[in-house]
Amino acid sequence: MIKFIFKAILRDKNRSVLPITVVAIGVFLTIALSGYLSGMLSDMIDQTARFQTGHIKVMSRAYAENVDQLPNDLALMDGSELLEELNSDFPNYTWVNRINFGGIIDAPDENEQSKGQGAAMGMAIEMFSKTSGETERLNLKNSLVEGRIPQKSGEVLIGYEFAEKLGAKVGDELTFMGSTMYGSMSFASFVISGTVRFGVMAMDKGTVIIDFSDAQQILNMEDAVGEILGFRHDEVFMQDEVIEMRESFNAKYANDTDEFAPIMKTLGEQNSMGTYLELVNSVSAMFVIIFVLVMSIVLWNTGLIGGLRRYQEFGIRLALGEEKGHIYRTMIFEAVIIGVIGSIIGSALGIGVTLLMQKYGIDISGMMKDATMMMPSTLRSKFSPQLLYIGFIPGLFAMVIGNMLSGIGIYKRETATLFKELEV
Amino acid sequence: MKYLITILFSMFFATQLSAQDATEILNKVDDNMNSETSILKSDMIIYGRRNSRTVTSVGYAEGNNKSFSEYLAPAREKGTKMLKLEDNLWIYSPSTDRTIQLSGHMLKQSVMGSDLSYEDMMENRKLTEMYDSEVIGEELIDDRNTWILQLTAKVDDASYESRKIWVDTERYVPLREELFAKSGQLLKKTELREVKQIDGRWYPTKMNYKDMLKDGKGTDFVVLEIEFDAEIPAYIFSKAALKK
Repeated sequence: MIKFIFKAILRDKNRSVLPITVVAIGVFLTIALSGYLSGMLSDMIDQTARFQTGHIKVMSRAYAENVDQLPNDLALMDGSELLEELNSDFPNYTWVNRINFGGIIDAPDENEQSKGQGAAMGMAIEMFSKTSGETERLNLKNSLVEGRIPQKSGEVLIGYEFAEKLGAKVGDELTFMGSTMYGSMSFASFVISGTVRFGVMAMDKGTVIIDFSDAQQILNMEDAVGEILGFRHDEVFMQDEVIEMRESFNAKYANDTDEFAPIMKTLGEQNSMGTYLELVNSVSAMFVIIFVLVMSIVLWNTGLIGGLRRYQEFGIRLALGEEKGHIYRTMIFEAVIIGVIGSIIGSALGIGVTLLMQKYGIDISGMMKDATMMMPSTLRSKFSPQLLYIGFIPGLFAMVIGNMLSGIGIYKRETATLFKELEV
Repeated sequence: MKYLITILFSMFFATQLSAQDATEILNKVDDNMNSETSILKSDMIIYGRRNSRTVTSVGYAEGNNKSFSEYLAPAREKGTKMLKLEDNLWIYSPSTDRTIQLSGHMLKQSVMGSDLSYEDMMENRKLTEMYDSEVIGEELIDDRNTWILQLTAKVDDASYESRKIWVDTERYVPLREELFAKSGQLLKKTELREVKQIDGRWYPTKMNYKDMLKDGKGTDFVVLEIEFDAEIPAYIFSKAALKK
């Protein structure tokens, strides 16, 4: 029977080309757009996790309340003790110290006069540590425009656009002016070891990165730490796992009334990332629903047109004594075969385009010249195994449902009027 | 008709009188608070959520455009100097042996974590030069009668678009001040207390500055010693003095 239907489809091109094309286009669009959108959103989430939130973060309660103001005066004390505790309680995660700070960076000329000045967004990471993985996590080596990663105290990495604005280059000295943890004025000199393209305009224009130990010294934060970030060893964010970790960690400090007691927050609880996570999860479902609805209507319409075209054929088959149910079933089988062929073609095209987009992406840096929010400057698609069925199944179903709906007309045909209709 | 004209004339003269009175009050406040030169030793107490710090400094001022401050304590701040000439501000840090000039929006940054910005510290122009004024009411503050003056900027470069000041009706000393942004949002509030007679003029010796956009108790500024119209050597107001 399948062989018979297959032959019929191949021989009667009018029966197959249009529905296969429609299904293939629909499946292709679903996969390509779904891959692109989840790629874009995951990029933003990954970027935010690596630079700002971690998969999970520990701060003091008071710090967490004012986290946007970089309140290092509310930082965690006894940071090394807390770090040990986290390493022993959650060994599947890498725990790293970070300090975010603000201040003014001044570039002197040969006469020690300011030749450039700007407000800086400082980030202190464990660059000199062999185990933190921070340099790789922030992709600093590949992001270097000039120079090298700091290797000793007193060296700084700077956003390449910021360096251009200051008129400074690798090897030049910069002076930092800011506030210590206790509010005192803090001055420090650094030598630029490299300039970096973060791929995030806001950072390229105003970020400096120094080693964590340097920040502790200049900000008078001995054994204090602004934030301790946790990253899963495989760098994959697992929402359920971090929620469990948060519950168990925060329960330990539930009876502590100190406003500087540590508190753990998941990625989803920071920087409004919860909404993004929900969005990522719902994107695929949203696409499938829209696709099935729209495609069902389109294919219903295609089926109706096909049904009308084959009105005479169905009439003859009924007149020859073929059962209505049999005709309906063969039609559905036909739809299944057409749906499978269309879905395979659409999936292959969609996955191909997604893989290409994952590799090359779309460079949107030109559109983000004045952007201040953290966004990657190259938008990429993301391939996931989900894409293998996200278009295929609805493609098949839409075709079948469309044909099932249009095929109902077969049951409305009256055998008594067939010969009149067929003008036999 | 006769009544209407009388009322309109009275209103016109009352407004003129109020403006004139306000300007006169403001002139007296300026005369009281400003001098040709001054040398001021002070403590700035900055209250944080974890601790509070006291920063001691000595400041020299000449006219409206020249001032020089040197920080004396605590150890981390000792030797830091600031020089203001016209609209320029230089800061010298002994730890890096560098002088940095601050300009533009950098001047809006907080000084040593206090509720004062560099711009606030630099502002010593006379109020009458920057604002139009109007008396809008009277109030009793700590048993002292005060006039409430509404000041509106008449120059483009005033740090605050409008101010409200409460001036002691007898001593011509401001006892409270509120500073507003262009949008009308209250940005800072200052309470001035412990008014003492120094060299024949009334002067507040304890002030509390509160940045309304920050949490906390604000920053206290306590006058330890003040000398008006003192002789100050000219080299003090030079960049060379910063590295000395």
